[in-house]
Amino acid sequence: MQQESGKLLQQTYEHVGLTFISLLIAILIGLPLGIYITRHTKAAGSVLGLAGVLQTIPSIALLGFMIPLLGIGPLPAITALFLYALLPIIRNTYTGINGVDPLVKEAAVAMGMTRWQRLFRVELILAFPTIMAGIRTATVINVGVGTLAAYIAAGGLGEFIFGGIALNNTNMILAGAIPAALLAILLDFLLSLVQKMSGRKRRATLLVMPLIFLLFSSFYVLPLGYSSRLLAGFTPEFMGRSDGDIGLRSVYGLKIRTVVISDAVMYKAAYDKRLDVISGYSTDGRLKTYDLLTLEDDKRIFPPYYAAPVIRKEVLEKYRELGPVLNKLAGHINDSVMTELNYRVEHLGQTPERCARDFLVKEGLYKAPAPAVEGLVRLGSKIFPEQYILINMYAMLIRGYTGLQVDTKTGLGGTKICFEALMNNKIDMYPEYTGTALLAILQAPADTVRKLGGDRDSVYDFVKRRFNEKYQLSWLDPIGFNNAYALMMRRSQAQQLGIRTISDLTTYLQKSKL
Amino acid sequence: MIEVKNITRTFDGYTAVDDVSFSIGEGETVVFLGRSGSGKTTLLKMINRLIEPTSGEIYIDDRNIYQEKPEQLRRNIGYVFQNTGLFPHYTIAENIAIVPRLLGWDKERIQQRTRLLMEKLHLPESYLASYPHQLSGGQQQRIGLARALAADPPILLMDEPFGALDPITRVSLQKDFKGLDELKSKTILLVTHDVQEAFELADRICLMDKGRIVQAGKPAELLFHPVDDYVRDFFDDQRFQLEVKMMKPSDHEELIAAFDNYKNRQS
Repeated sequence: MQQESGKLLQQTYEHVGLTFISLLIAILIGLPLGIYITRHTKAAGSVLGLAGVLQTIPSIALLGFMIPLLGIGPLPAITALFLYALLPIIRNTYTGINGVDPLVKEAAVAMGMTRWQRLFRVELILAFPTIMAGIRTATVINVGVGTLAAYIAAGGLGEFIFGGIALNNTNMILAGAIPAALLAILLDFLLSLVQKMSGRKRRATLLVMPLIFLLFSSFYVLPLGYSSRLLAGFTPEFMGRSDGDIGLRSVYGLKIRTVVISDAVMYKAAYDKRLDVISGYSTDGRLKTYDLLTLEDDKRIFPPYYAAPVIRKEVLEKYRELGPVLNKLAGHINDSVMTELNYRVEHLGQTPERCARDFLVKEGLYKAPAPAVEGLVRLGSKIFPEQYILINMYAMLIRGYTGLQVDTKTGLGGTKICFEALMNNKIDMYPEYTGTALLAILQAPADTVRKLGGDRDSVYDFVKRRFNEKYQLSWLDPIGFNNAYALMMRRSQAQQLGIRTISDLTTYLQKSKL
Repeated sequence: MIEVKNITRTFDGYTAVDDVSFSIGEGETVVFLGRSGSGKTTLLKMINRLIEPTSGEIYIDDRNIYQEKPEQLRRNIGYVFQNTGLFPHYTIAENIAIVPRLLGWDKERIQQRTRLLMEKLHLPESYLASYPHQLSGGQQQRIGLARALAADPPILLMDEPFGALDPITRVSLQKDFKGLDELKSKTILLVTHDVQEAFELADRICLMDKGRIVQAGKPAELLFHPVDDYVRDFFDDQRFQLEVKMMKPSDHEELIAAFDNYKNRQS
């Protein structure tokens, strides 16, 4: 719990820092730009238009655009936030200055003020409430969009939010979401006070504000955790599972500097040498794409993740032909086959459907779809390519060999979301992994896990029995591959440092600290 | 001291001021009189370059005003707006001090001058710390006048300065205006559509129509020797009052003639 509150503080610091750095840059560029377009109205259309377009781009997409250009970490995050904050600041500066009473502006000219004198002594001051409103809007936007920074290893309160979503842990989500919301409300309120100021108080505040902004920006540069020679990137889900980061630290005593990063980005980041060690799955196609080596789990903290379809018992009994048809796939896919299939979809860009079909054809399992006559089977899947491929295969098998209708619900987030969909009769079947079932769903106690010893058959039998007893869910035959959690490094770096197992990694890091 | 030569101003094909020329001597008060759209305000604004002419030249004290920096020019010309144009974010004191500050006067001198003007315009010193929106329309306009006079400029431009005021306040302000002795040495250009006001304040009147000066001269000249029907008709509504204004107490016959004229026209 204490550890969590320390993390919360750190994330809040990072979030504040991120917000203010990008805000500061947006003001430094946006304010002069806004002033410029009040004088050059021809440019106004294009400048406002461009800033408007930037803001219309969904924040996640904008962040995504940044990655190939700027990589991961603080730089793309700050850049994206800065671009987002630009429009309100530029636009409000423009409308604020234009909205100044033309008579007052004319009077300023008639008095003999120069352009700059008119700007600083009259226009900016009278436009101040409007400009401040723009800064307020930009701040609140930044706090909100800043939650996405965790996606690309830039820290912030998004770490708890994403972790909580992946693990379906509401408390964790709230632990990130509530402080973020409070931060936005607090900053908006404080800035609204400034907006209403006038006269002497305002002059004093305006002098102090840049200093405060700089102070808050500096938060971001605070040291994160401990430093080590190597940098690890883990997904939010990995961070929270007992067979993940927690196990690494407790069983191996692994001490490595960690950033939280999304699965979508981390493999390339490792390839680009921005990360050295990443968490991942042993059948991920990207292992092949980016030439990564899986470190051997010599202390066996990662249980086996034998894949098999999990199906509602009543569906199995209702459509007697379904079980044998689904089992047709069993034994046809081993680890390297699955990796290859994943590689085709992820790296070669094949659709999961095409990949599934080609494979079934090759294995002599493909049959053209028969007309759907009766009944409906709903297949669910998690949100990574391996699951999409499997689901497509199952759908094709069902459509070819039975007269049942098939409906697929892909993209069901993490394990818990799929499982609950199954339990709540929203789907009938999805492909699950024995290790995940054991630890994340059944949440078996530590000594049970130890007793099972990491043997894949005993884990499968145990899980099958418990699911039947507890949930009325059946496990069909294992498909034949093991998609376990693993730590990976660039093959070249691993070979260079002589690291083959996780213990090797731990030892290396311990030595380099001395 | 002000020499206007063939000044023309067009806006997108519409001619607001059409080849106007005149001169004004030092210390004169010249009123530009005319209906709305006659070009009088446009002409006024070209004197301090708030508007630039399409063609023509203006000389002040034999200096071509286009050869100096417009800001310099304007700091030496006082300008009074119809709707005050006071800075809402400045106190009264700060508003009055605008031009002196631009000219680099020291604080002491500015304060003295400000107090003097407040006194002359019958405004209590306590107003100095207030903001314009806290004062009435008439008081604001007095401040506008004080602001224009603050740096003691030799030239004063006034654009319908009393036009936005109610009749009672207007008369009061006109009286105070006439009573300001420092104005006697200033060259004043005043734009108005109020005939009474023109006759009250002017040394000379320039009657304008459609961007041209129809007739320029002393008030009596325009009244008694109009060059055309337009000029004569312009004053017809108020002819009687104006003629009476021009008379001496002993001009009995002139008075009776004017009265007969007035009554005849009424029936």
